[in-house]
Amino acid sequence: MQLLLSNSAQDTLAASLQVANDTEVSALDLSQVSAIALHFPKFTDGRAYSQAHYLRVRAGFGGALIAWGDVLVDQLPQMRRLGFSHALLRDDQSLDVAQSVLAQFTAFYQGDVHEPDPIFIREQSDAAAVVGDTA
Amino acid sequence: MYQYTPFDKQFVQLRATQYRDQLTRWQAGDLSEDAFKPLRLQNGWYVQRFAPMLRVAVPYGELSSPQLRALATIARDYDHKDLTAMDTSNAGLSDVAMLPDHCAHFTTRQNVQFNWIPLSKSADVMDLLASVSMHGIQTSGNCIRNITTDAFAGIAPDEVADPRPYCEIIRQWSTLHPEFAFLPRKFKIAISGGTEDRAATGWHDVGLRLLRSVDGDIGFQVSVGGGMGRTPVIGTVLKTFLPANQIMNYLEAVVRVYNRWGRRDNIYKARIKILVKALGATYIEEVNQEFEDIVLKDGAKHTITDAEFARVSAMFTAADRRCDQLSAEKKINSILSAAASDDTEFSQWLMHNVRSHKNPDLRAVTLSFKRFGFAPGDASAKQLDAAADLAERFSSGEVRVTHAQNLVLPWVRCDELPELWRAARALGLAKPNVGLLTDMIACPGGDFCSLANARSLPLASLIANRYKDLDELDDIGPIDLHISGCINSCGHHHSGHIGILGIDKDGQEWYQVTLGGSDGTRLSGIPTPGKVIGPAFAADEVVDVIDALITTYSGQRLAGEYFIQTLKRIGHDPFKASANAVRTSTNRSKPATAHDAPPTATSTA
Repeated sequence: MQLLLSNSAQDTLAASLQVANDTEVSALDLSQVSAIALHFPKFTDGRAYSQAHYLRVRAGFGGALIAWGDVLVDQLPQMRRLGFSHALLRDDQSLDVAQSVLAQFTAFYQGDVHEPDPIFIREQSDAAAVVGDTA
Repeated sequence: MYQYTPFDKQFVQLRATQYRDQLTRWQAGDLSEDAFKPLRLQNGWYVQRFAPMLRVAVPYGELSSPQLRALATIARDYDHKDLTAMDTSNAGLSDVAMLPDHCAHFTTRQNVQFNWIPLSKSADVMDLLASVSMHGIQTSGNCIRNITTDAFAGIAPDEVADPRPYCEIIRQWSTLHPEFAFLPRKFKIAISGGTEDRAATGWHDVGLRLLRSVDGDIGFQVSVGGGMGRTPVIGTVLKTFLPANQIMNYLEAVVRVYNRWGRRDNIYKARIKILVKALGATYIEEVNQEFEDIVLKDGAKHTITDAEFARVSAMFTAADRRCDQLSAEKKINSILSAAASDDTEFSQWLMHNVRSHKNPDLRAVTLSFKRFGFAPGDASAKQLDAAADLAERFSSGEVRVTHAQNLVLPWVRCDELPELWRAARALGLAKPNVGLLTDMIACPGGDFCSLANARSLPLASLIANRYKDLDELDDIGPIDLHISGCINSCGHHHSGHIGILGIDKDGQEWYQVTLGGSDGTRLSGIPTPGKVIGPAFAADEVVDVIDALITTYSGQRLAGEYFIQTLKRIGHDPFKASANAVRTSTNRSKPATAHDAPPTATSTA
């Protein structure tokens, strides 16, 4: 995920389709769209997470997915997991802290955009792979 | 019990490390108060009147002896009331010096709370918890909370299927779910496996009841949109039979539509119950469409595989405990026939605190944490350690926290009941009042909670003091008395046969009394909120009101009839009349000043 401070990324934002977080994203025509900016008016408002899920998983959107608004370092892990490619962090946020926050967990229980399967499927296939290697 | 895998253990450790980092940044001023608040809340750290409150997650209520001992250590070493350092500007009405510390508190959602731990020690406490695979993940905040179930799950003779493997699998699915970290409001799930609903599923955001189809398939009845608070609502059934392996795919649909459509403009209208009521069929259609899309378009990724269900279920296999029932009967009868004064107490204990078990050689025993001198559901450090010892000696090292704020020993050999009874009685945990009037549910109330309008604990103490006579309690029989210090309803007053709600007017405490609520158990009937019996009572009238209600019941009951049954048969009016007759300061026939005019329900907002 690309991390940028908001004031240095206004061009990125301007070049994207900006979508309010109460928009039904299933109604959007994405055929000509290469970048979508989803909005977090407050970091405690999680509607854009469900929009991101729809765009990545259901609509198969492969372009840039940008988080903007009240974007704080401690919410970056779930943004990455939902397929955001860019985070435009609030200007008072630290990029160093952002990197360290993203490194805090190595894996999660449930599936997400990058690892669609839950842990119990991943561990089964890991175990199968190990058996395959030794055979 | 579920045994944590290396992944599970590492996950909890990483969570503790993550929390320490967040706390450190907040202490250094690098993380604002607003940004830190939801992070600490999602680890169980509230800020209350005097100190933070920690809510520790006890997934579906199960605790091991080592976990109980860790809770005892926290109570002993960290739950300390530091009067000199305390900010008392927001004090409640009780003298703060009188409030208990060095103790844990069992909650109605099977969790454990502490009231006096300073935030500066919070990361140390999370490390200690992580050392026994415990944490406070999602015990607060606008996210999916701890999954609760029947305290007798896996051992109740009436069970369709053991709900605990599903509880654990859903716990894992909901833990740090990326999409559902910031919902409009909190989200509570309860699962019941019994033919009797002992988990109050109708009162939850999602209530799940295990069913077996005529073909022998296991599934869930799914109800959505139950809740208490200022708008009590019983959940609406969305699915009468959902194949059990689809439960996470379906929950994903339920929560996703709520995340998209739930109100965020008004905290009092943000729970899913309001959405379900407002949209009705439109919400249900959207959820069912979303579920179909998850299955057909997304590939139903969170379908529970047979292998995963088998892996998790294996860890809940019943403890292999057998005993000679004949010798058990002899031992029990020898106590019952002894001419000692304690024999009636033992027989009352067998009747009220001991329940039958799937395994005929075993019993489930409830340790009563409802005794005079202690707040309901409070356990001292010493009692927690002692309970851990009892669990190891008599119950395969396992206890359950109950919805009614007690502990259950789920695996007790019937020939060991006399020994257990003596040991529990020596600890003050064998009071034979489980399910009776003094086994009341109560929230911490205005003594601790900054939301509360009135105190719960002094009232609970007055009631416990009034009804100390075990024979009288036994004669009154089963009754649910629930006390909440405010309309947030943590003490579940809506579902009490007798419910008491603390309200505030002009800085004084008043108590509104409701009758006929039900949590959905067989005795209580179809879940329903109680009805208010009149204007609120003054604090010093409440015990007399309860007395009047009980006296009315005693005078009107038919043979073998319990309080709630008499109430349903004869209606509320005789009870209302007797309760209103004991008014003194709120008696409207006396010349009343504006000051002592009792408030009505609308003044709670």
